[in-house]
Amino acid sequence: MDYIFPNEANVTWTVMIVLYPYITGLVAGAFIVSSLYHVFGREELRPVARFSLVSAFVFLLFAPLPLLVHLGQPQRAFNIMITPHFTSAMSGFGYIYTAYLLLVAAEIWFVLRQDFVQRARGRGPVALLCRALLLFDLDDSPARRKADHKVVRVLAGIGIPLACLLHGYVGFLFGSLKANPWWSTSLMFVIFIFSAIVSGLAVLIFHYFVISKARHWKVDHDCVQSLARYLWGFMIVAISLEMLEVLSIVYKQTEEAQILVRLIHERLMISYVVLQFLVFSLIPLLLLAIVSLWRLRPRPMYALTWTAAVMLLGQVLLMRWNVVIGGQLLSKSFHGYTSYVPGLWEKEGLVTAAVIFTLPFGVLWIFDKIVPLFPDVEARTSSSP
Amino acid sequence: MPRQKNRAAATHGSEAPPAAKSPSATPELTRREALGALAGTSGLLLLACGGRPPERGPVDGYDWNGHRWGYAIDVDKCIGCGSCQRACRSENNVPDGYHRTWVERYRVTLKGDLHVDVATGSDHVFATVEGEVSRAFFVPKMCNHCSGSVCTKVCPVGASFHTRDGVVLVDHDHCIGCGYCVQACPYGCRYIDPRIHMADKCTWCYHRITRPRADGTRQDPACVECCPVKARIFGDLKDPKSRLSLLLKRRTYRVLRPALGTEPNCYYHGLKREVL
Repeated sequence: MDYIFPNEANVTWTVMIVLYPYITGLVAGAFIVSSLYHVFGREELRPVARFSLVSAFVFLLFAPLPLLVHLGQPQRAFNIMITPHFTSAMSGFGYIYTAYLLLVAAEIWFVLRQDFVQRARGRGPVALLCRALLLFDLDDSPARRKADHKVVRVLAGIGIPLACLLHGYVGFLFGSLKANPWWSTSLMFVIFIFSAIVSGLAVLIFHYFVISKARHWKVDHDCVQSLARYLWGFMIVAISLEMLEVLSIVYKQTEEAQILVRLIHERLMISYVVLQFLVFSLIPLLLLAIVSLWRLRPRPMYALTWTAAVMLLGQVLLMRWNVVIGGQLLSKSFHGYTSYVPGLWEKEGLVTAAVIFTLPFGVLWIFDKIVPLFPDVEARTSSSP
Repeated sequence: MPRQKNRAAATHGSEAPPAAKSPSATPELTRREALGALAGTSGLLLLACGGRPPERGPVDGYDWNGHRWGYAIDVDKCIGCGSCQRACRSENNVPDGYHRTWVERYRVTLKGDLHVDVATGSDHVFATVEGEVSRAFFVPKMCNHCSGSVCTKVCPVGASFHTRDGVVLVDHDHCIGCGYCVQACPYGCRYIDPRIHMADKCTWCYHRITRPRADGTRQDPACVECCPVKARIFGDLKDPKSRLSLLLKRRTYRVLRPALGTEPNCYYHGLKREVL
């Protein structure tokens, strides 16, 4: 028997709500690299430390954009912060998001201070802008640098729980809805934290290779190896959690288990079982295992790492799709499914999604024109003949 | 010592305003006095700007503290005529393709298979179906106006709210159209109205129940008013003599999906185990 409630013919949360947790997740690369480098002293991650922060800031800036496009009354968006209703998980978004955005901005400010000081000493509008950004304090003494470094360390430390809160919150948004058995699991917010870390590290590796290739730089072998190992470790945890969730649903055989198994069989076989698990999880898992456990020559190692990173970006996107859309395909009658195919040109369609997803990369490119994102490599390249 | 200096500076700072005008004529303010004056002024300012106005009900002449509305449905009486759906649609201007109330038709075949459908056409008349059945019945559905409603809980701006008289409403002056309440409702009763891009649902015809007729009698929701077999009963749970209160005492009623803990205020008599 197939039956859906009559108000369920249309899916309420579209591809925009798939994109929102996806872009938010990409921010996590900064959180993990910044924590490992600044707080836990993993020096090998130094080449990507600054870039990870800046890219996270840019992704953060664009994370609420899909939400804004989705809202029926976007002009009232700030009411979430002005007149919040605290029993709602969603009302925490504004505060958590703003707190993390300010923290990353402050961290970037302290990390980039030395660069701004160099530029502020010149003449012209850029120098003036840099002086204003520095609040007209051009102190560049070793003592000041040390103090700045200390502040960055403290900020990165505060960032660890705050980032967990941000990424966990997104999972909690879904996990706290008892009406939907596909979402309603306590594992959801942990899964979101780990999948965010996976996508964040993956996008960082992706960027590092693409930029290095475009500018004919030599990538830092130790850095890539370290990133690959962390990615491998975090993806094992993320995928294990995702599989545990399904396993517990099937094994417990609750009232909802039957319909969820049918959901996977009938609606999510391709996107969930075949693509998310068999192709985009297993292959990167094997590739990263090879990279992490065997001593490969640099070229094949880089190729495998980059391929795994790109595939994991796909895996997390598929995971977001299967959670957000998959959960809505299931009728609350538990006896039927609706369907959803995003339109191409509609307001919340694929073209809008593609534009929103491309914007952070464009802004990052502009940012790179203003401040060098890979200072070590650039200094090395400019000094070599 | 430095701390004492700072304290002195802070005290001096608070003395500045009166000293500016006439230092000799005006006695100097102590810090205690300055803070007291500041607190007093802030209090007055708060009273002037942020004081809560005396609470009034949503409708003039209607005391929303005097009622707690409830709803009962007698499944055995419903004949699936669709009058309630038609009345609701015309009373509340419900958009096409969405429903504030609907009637589900359950058919259990001789083999024991279950078939459920709704009459979703513009006339809300069920399509004729072939085949023998062992049992068939109709179940009207609508917003349950739950006391422990999830939809009001998840609304990020409090636009979905409980009235004092037990009705769950959506404030269209504040709804941001995020759709979180639509996801949260386990009964599928909410939708985003495509014309206004905000959440909407059954209001138990709040505009009717809060305004008496010319003769002083209470108006029922449109669906109750037009039900030809009185399968839908609306009443005041605060009034022990209301028909609804008496019925709930005398007969056995169940609510939909009680395990979810939403505490619905829509009670069903004769609810079969097959009902979703």
